[in-house]
Amino acid sequence: MADVAAPSSIRTRRLPAWLKLPVLVGIAIIVFWIVASLSIDLWPIYDPIDMVGRRLQPPSADHWFGTDALGRDVLSRTLHGARFSLMMSCAVIICAVLIGSAIGAIAGYVGGIVDGALMRLVDITLSFPPILLAMAVTAAMGPGLQNAALAMIIVWWPVYARLMRGQVLSIRSREHVEAATAAGASHARTLIKHILPLSWSPILINATMDFGQVVLLTASLSFIGLGASPPTPEWGSMISEGAIHFYQWWICSGPGVAILSVVLGFNFLGDGLRDLLDPRSK
Amino acid sequence: MTRYIVRRLLSLPLLLLGIVSIAFLISHFTQGDPLSSIVSERQMDDEQAVAAAKARWGLDKSLPEQYLVYVGNLLTGDLGISFRTKQPVSQDLLERLPATLELVIAAMLFGSLTGIALGVVAARFRDRAADHAARLWALTGSSTPVFWSGLILLYIFSVKLGWVPGPGRLDARMSPPDGITGFLTIDALLAGDTALFWDAVHHLILPALVLGWTVMGIVSRLVRASMLDVLNQDYIVAARARGAGELRVLLNHALRNALVPTLTIIGFTFAYLITGAVLTEAIFSWTGIGSYAVDAARGLDYPAIMGVTIVGGAAFLLTNLMTDIAYAFADPRIRLS
Repeated sequence: MADVAAPSSIRTRRLPAWLKLPVLVGIAIIVFWIVASLSIDLWPIYDPIDMVGRRLQPPSADHWFGTDALGRDVLSRTLHGARFSLMMSCAVIICAVLIGSAIGAIAGYVGGIVDGALMRLVDITLSFPPILLAMAVTAAMGPGLQNAALAMIIVWWPVYARLMRGQVLSIRSREHVEAATAAGASHARTLIKHILPLSWSPILINATMDFGQVVLLTASLSFIGLGASPPTPEWGSMISEGAIHFYQWWICSGPGVAILSVVLGFNFLGDGLRDLLDPRSK
Repeated sequence: MTRYIVRRLLSLPLLLLGIVSIAFLISHFTQGDPLSSIVSERQMDDEQAVAAAKARWGLDKSLPEQYLVYVGNLLTGDLGISFRTKQPVSQDLLERLPATLELVIAAMLFGSLTGIALGVVAARFRDRAADHAARLWALTGSSTPVFWSGLILLYIFSVKLGWVPGPGRLDARMSPPDGITGFLTIDALLAGDTALFWDAVHHLILPALVLGWTVMGIVSRLVRASMLDVLNQDYIVAARARGAGELRVLLNHALRNALVPTLTIIGFTFAYLITGAVLTEAIFSWTGIGSYAVDAARGLDYPAIMGVTIVGGAAFLLTNLMTDIAYAFADPRIRLS
């Protein structure tokens, strides 16, 4: 396409149409949190685990977000919490996308009994309200961040299996796929070389939107007490500590605003990606 | 149409069986020993209790037999005994169901009505400031963790302003009305106790707002998209040409048709409502199924957790089925194909 693009003299200087203000805000928020989670050890802030001030102090010049019941700095803990939340959500989304897409692609490509059986499994898993299934699995396997992550992969893979199956079904009947099959391409080659490259965009849009939801569910599980355990600066468990010290509203507000901003950011970005990648949204 | 409904109804038992099977699987993964998911730790030394539990759930039999016993127990409504309440889980759930329903229905009413209003405004003023504001407000609602917004709103409106009471369903000095429906508001009205009624309503307002705000976003999104579709139709132009007032066109002509596709919101929002209810109830000490599930998870009360999960899954399945059937009835394009 590059060689048929307009000559640079009449190319407009404006941003592309999909890059609207909310999308830019979303990208800014996400970049901030990624940078924070990667470089937090270098920041000139208090230690997240040590007692660095008097207990339960409201926000002040020394402690912008106040201190919690153990005299720890809420701002520092909130920023450190990003690492857990983002890494966890990243791992969950990547695993769910890989497992789900593989199963969905096989179901859609093979069809028949395999398709029927796999899709029933998808239907059944999707018929649990996410939080209840995640709670049951985490509680059964024992509370902890790792098991919570596993539970969330179990909750999320069917979404991508269903999505990928639909994509594969619609693409496999196209002419270029038939041509590849006629030319003697193996099933694996047809699937990987000719079908999958065309089917990633809805997966990407969905994964972006879901990222925020995974952050939210991770925090919810920790809030309930099934995820991170106390000294860990994790957003959900920080809010649950804040619930005990209810009159010190600032303890739960740092992590609360952090979760809100991450979820909003990924929603904004997901909307932008949909405008960019999905022709139907025009 | 009939074939569609019959096919959906026939798949229901299969899906229910699937839910039960997954629940069985999960309870067998319980830290290696399914016994620990049935008998509480304190009773583990009690040989009689262990033997009784083994016999009742067939744990001394082979795995396929265990599965049959498990399904059989569930079919007779036996979800096991809660470790904490020492009551049958099914009884616990029944006792707590009305509280959850009261909260969810109030939240659904608030969320749907405000969501529809926001959706109409957003569609009417498409791409203008009102549209952006409505969408941002709705999106913020579904992005805010309820376990934080609940705490903050409780702090502002209960502690600082004193407009609403603290957590709980009733003032500690009041005793609940005789349970007919289990809905405190309705029971208080039936008993003719207005003071009690207002107290129950006051306690209901804040949790319903917090929970309703989470579904407002989904509802307004769907209504907006559907209104935009409808507003481009010829009959809207015709109505305008006949000189119908703007409000009449919007509400009478457009919204009535735009609401048909949004019937599916009931299904869509159910998952959000369940998630939200679990956490909202925990914050507001609301003695419903949600706070029961949280207490169960915190105390590793396995029979209770599995019970809530199975019942929640079944309820979710039924809601989706009813939504799809209602949708098929409402939209002739589906009915006829």
